[in-house]
Formats: sequence, structure tokens, C-alpha cells
Amino acid sequence: MSALVVENLTVTFGRFRALDALSLAVDPGEIRAVIGPNGAGKTTLLDVISGITKPVSGRVLIGDGIDLTTRSEAEIAKAGIRRKFQKPSVFPALTIRENLEIGCGTGLSATERPARIAEILAETGLAPREHAQAGALAHGEKQWLEIGMVLASNPRIILLDEPVAGLSDSETERTAALIRSLRRLDRAILVIEHDMAFVEAIADRVTVLHEGRTLFEGSLHGARADSRVIEVFLGR
Amino acid sequence: MTGRAEILSTPSEAAPARPAAAWRRDPLLVGILVVIAAVCLGLVGLQPAPYLVNAIGQLAAFAILAVSLDLVWGYLGILSLGHGLFFAIGGYVCAMHLLAHAFAVTGVAPDFVQFMGWTALPAYWAGLTHAPYALALALGLAAAVAFVFGLASFRSRVNGVYFSIISQALVYVAMLLMFRNDTGLGGNNGMTGFPLLFGYPMGSAAVTTGLALAALGTLAAVLVGTRALVAGPIGRRMLACRDDETRLRTLGYGTTRLKLAIWCLSAMIAALAGVLYVPQVGIINPRVLSPDLSIEIAVWMAIGGIGRLGGAVIGAVAINALKFWLSAALPEAWPFILSGLVLVVVLALPNGLLDLATLRTRPTWLRGGAPR
Repeated sequence: MSALVVENLTVTFGRFRALDALSLAVDPGEIRAVIGPNGAGKTTLLDVISGITKPVSGRVLIGDGIDLTTRSEAEIAKAGIRRKFQKPSVFPALTIRENLEIGCGTGLSATERPARIAEILAETGLAPREHAQAGALAHGEKQWLEIGMVLASNPRIILLDEPVAGLSDSETERTAALIRSLRRLDRAILVIEHDMAFVEAIADRVTVLHEGRTLFEGSLHGARADSRVIEVFLGR
Repeated sequence: MTGRAEILSTPSEAAPARPAAAWRRDPLLVGILVVIAAVCLGLVGLQPAPYLVNAIGQLAAFAILAVSLDLVWGYLGILSLGHGLFFAIGGYVCAMHLLAHAFAVTGVAPDFVQFMGWTALPAYWAGLTHAPYALALALGLAAAVAFVFGLASFRSRVNGVYFSIISQALVYVAMLLMFRNDTGLGGNNGMTGFPLLFGYPMGSAAVTTGLALAALGTLAAVLVGTRALVAGPIGRRMLACRDDETRLRTLGYGTTRLKLAIWCLSAMIAALAGVLYVPQVGIINPRVLSPDLSIEIAVWMAIGGIGRLGGAVIGAVAINALKFWLSAALPEAWPFILSGLVLVVVLALPNGLLDLATLRTRPTWLRGGAPR
């Protein structure tokens, strides 16, 4: 049974079809990368899954048959789905620790939180700066803090929108290692990324989107050999 | 909005890693509480001139009103340009109590009752002779109006400038309603001529001092209470909601209930300010509901400093003290002085007067290329 199923999803903005009857299934334990040129609908897909955008038609189902398109953002998050945004979205007025505390969500009790926060601080290497204000962090630290906020609640579906955008090569490598370490049998991870080396390092399968539809699904190696993918990426 | 939030949240370069506890200790607030205590002692011990006592009491009421707006604007990013509505609800209910009480004691019908050719107070004035009921009605009515308006707005995700404009429209509609003479609330003349407070003659030194002390005491309690709220987990969620509501929602927190609760609390605090203001100024009329008064509350805060509670107090007290003085000395110049102040603050002190405390000896743009 799939962890996340996207069925015939259509999203329009005015006359523009951002997603056009898109279907997609992610297995438990899988890391799936979604790639595609700008405007292919990658971020829109994550917006629908996390409840920010409502589709014209179609459904998004998770393991227990809940249709996410009828739920609010908070309800979706409570169902165990977390998302990292493209622009690092941390709360600038709060400290790293306070950000992570909020990241723990409503599922963790006040007694469980300190231990979980300590784990995340160690995993992300942010422990020495736990009382620093998030607004004052460097870009890479903000990216990691947001990943930490997303992980704090132990989500079963993780959506990552360009997690290594703007990171240095060494930071990108560390991030890839972190994401690989998150792989669990009961967890599905969906990553949007432009950095193909990074995709190669983490993804089990890739989905290539183009104009709101699936162009290709399979291994990254297969995608690179696919004539339609080459045409879309290299110009028409 | 976003720009302001970023300005507010950008810490000075000299403070990289402060412990959270130190951030929560607020010397500004402690200073203001000490000043309030000193003023209270001064009122009792020195017995200053009644007009001064009265002015201090009114300033305290304005400060409470400013704190109520700071709670939603500074900490939740909701700029209300209609907070005069809640202030007026408190003020009107208080005026109703004072008139009903005087009618019951003296038997002389209030002016507007005679003017309308009635013999008794309208039915919905029943029970207002009782002060606790009047207080509960003022707070409850403000909360109820805020709840309905807030629920409609926050549920349909009306935010930012749209919310501000609608709140402004709301206070304007209320003003038009209150200008009608048949509402039983005094019409365009409003309500005035309050002879008694709890049976004591209004205007006596004891009543004037008592009212000022009550306003100052309430201000101190409101400051301590709101400070405890914003320094705790709810306050952190408020700041998170202010800076990135979508992020907070996608972490599993419904923000509508949080915003609604704080919005209603803010309305009740504003109503409390109105309750304390009206017996001191001796009149309430629909002009309290004029949109420019509601905008002025935001101006006090912008001048004092947003999102620090203490800044709201400083702004409200400084601007209104200046207004008391100048609108008597130079009445026609006051609007120009206020506008000029706004310009100076916006250009030179983007966080309001609180910036003065952190001003360096030479402004950043004069220091030129200092290595970091």
C-alpha cells in the first residue's frame, strides 16, 4: 500500500493549469525526487499536499484513506505530514530552541519535548547556538533549522522543497547524508530539487514533471536517457 | 507588514547568543511599573492640583488602550484601525451606569431622556445601576462584538491591510449608528453630566484621585498580565503567527482560535480603558468612534515603539501629554505637530522612541565602512 497517493489532481490559476490530472504514488520507505523545469507544477504539488492550495479536482490520499484535499493545513500537519518550504521559513523573532519547540507540534507532550529537541539539536549541529535568534542565522543554518523543525514531530511523510538551494557543496553533502538517514520503512519522503548530483545521492526514484503532468517516472539514470525528458530540459 | 516584522526581529549585531531568560526580563517594563508606583505615591502624598490628577488618570487610560492594540498589532501582526469601537463600548456602558445610578439616587432624568420626551430609561438599561453588572456588560459586549467580527474575518483569512480597512469601516458604521438620536444612548450629544460615582460627588478631590489611582493600578495589572502572556508559550506562538502564519499552520497549529482569543482579550482591555476614561473626562459622544481617533492609537504606538508593551505606554503618554499641553497652547498647530512627529519617527526611528535607547553616538551611515 502506498504512503501517499495523488489522484487526477488538477489545479488552475485563472486559465493556467498548474497541475493537469496529475497522478503519483509514493511507497512507504521511499525517497522520491520530483524534478522538472520552472513552472512544471512542483511547488504547487506540495502546496496541495500540505493544504495551502485547494485543487479544482482530484484527491490526495495518505495511508489510512484520509483525503487531504478536504483538510486544513493544521489537520494535515497533525496527520503526520511536514513540509520544508523553498524559502527557509523559520520564525525570526524566536530562538533556535523555541523554533524547534513549536516544530514538535501538538502531538508531543511537554515532558517529551526537551529530549526530542536535544536530539534534533545534535542531529542538525545547532546545539551550540540553541539560544541564538533565528532571524540572525546564516542562510545554511536557517535551512537546517527548518529541516530540524520539520523533523521534530517525527513525521511519516516529509515534503522538502529545494532543501539544498543556496547551500555550499559541503553543506549539500551533509544535507544529503541527513536525508538518507531519515529513511524509515514507515516514512515517505518527497523532495523537489534542481541539483541533480543531490538527487542522485538521495532519491530511489524520480518523477519528472512538465506542464503539470508526469513526463517520466523511474530511476534518475532512466530519466537521463529518456528522449522526451532530454527535449524538455535541453530546449524544444 | 513583512518589512516591519523584519525590522523588529533583526537583532543588533552585538547580541549573537543571549539566553532566552534574559530576553524575557524586561527592564523597560520594570521601569514603567516603578514610575507608576511612584506616581501613585505622589498622588496620595503630595495631593497635586485636581486638573493634573485628572490628566494623569486619563493618560493611564490611554496607555491601557495602547497596550491593548500592541497585543494584537505588535505581537500578532493584526493592525486594527477600529479599536476605538471597543474603547467606546466600555465608555458608553460606563456612562450608562453613571446616569442610571444618578437617576436612581437623585430622581432627575438624564438630559437625553427629557430631550426625547421620555419619562423613563429604555428597557435595556435595566440593571445598569449595579456597577459589577455594568463592568461585566462592558467587557462581555466588547468581547462579543470582537468575537463575531474576528470569527468572520479570521475564518475567511482576511488579513493585513484588508483587515485594517474593514476594522476602520466597522468603527465608522458604529459612529453613524450612535449619531442617531433614537437609540436611547444620547445620540449626537452623547452622554454627560455625571453627578455621582458610587454615591460620591464627581469632581471631588477624593473621587478624582481615586479614579486616577484606579486607572494607574489597572494599567500596571494589564502590563504585568500581558507581559506574562507574551513571554510564555502562547506569546511565542503569537510571534510565530505574526511572522509566518502559513508556516505555523503547516506545523499543526490552527491559528484561527489563537488569533480570535487574543483579539477578544485585546477588545476587553480596550473596553476597560474606556470604562476608566469616561468618568474622568465626564462625557462620551459618538466622536470617540470617529476613524481618526482609532488611527491615532496606532500613531501613538508607532511613535512609542511596537511589540514591546512598554513602547505603547510611552507613546500613548508622550503624545497625549503633548496634546493636552499644546492643544490648549497652540490648538491649530496640533495636527501639524503630530504629523511632523510621525514623519520624524518613521524616518529616523523606525522602531519608535525605543530606538533612542539604542542609538549609537554616530549613526550607521556616518561610520562608513567600519570592518565587521
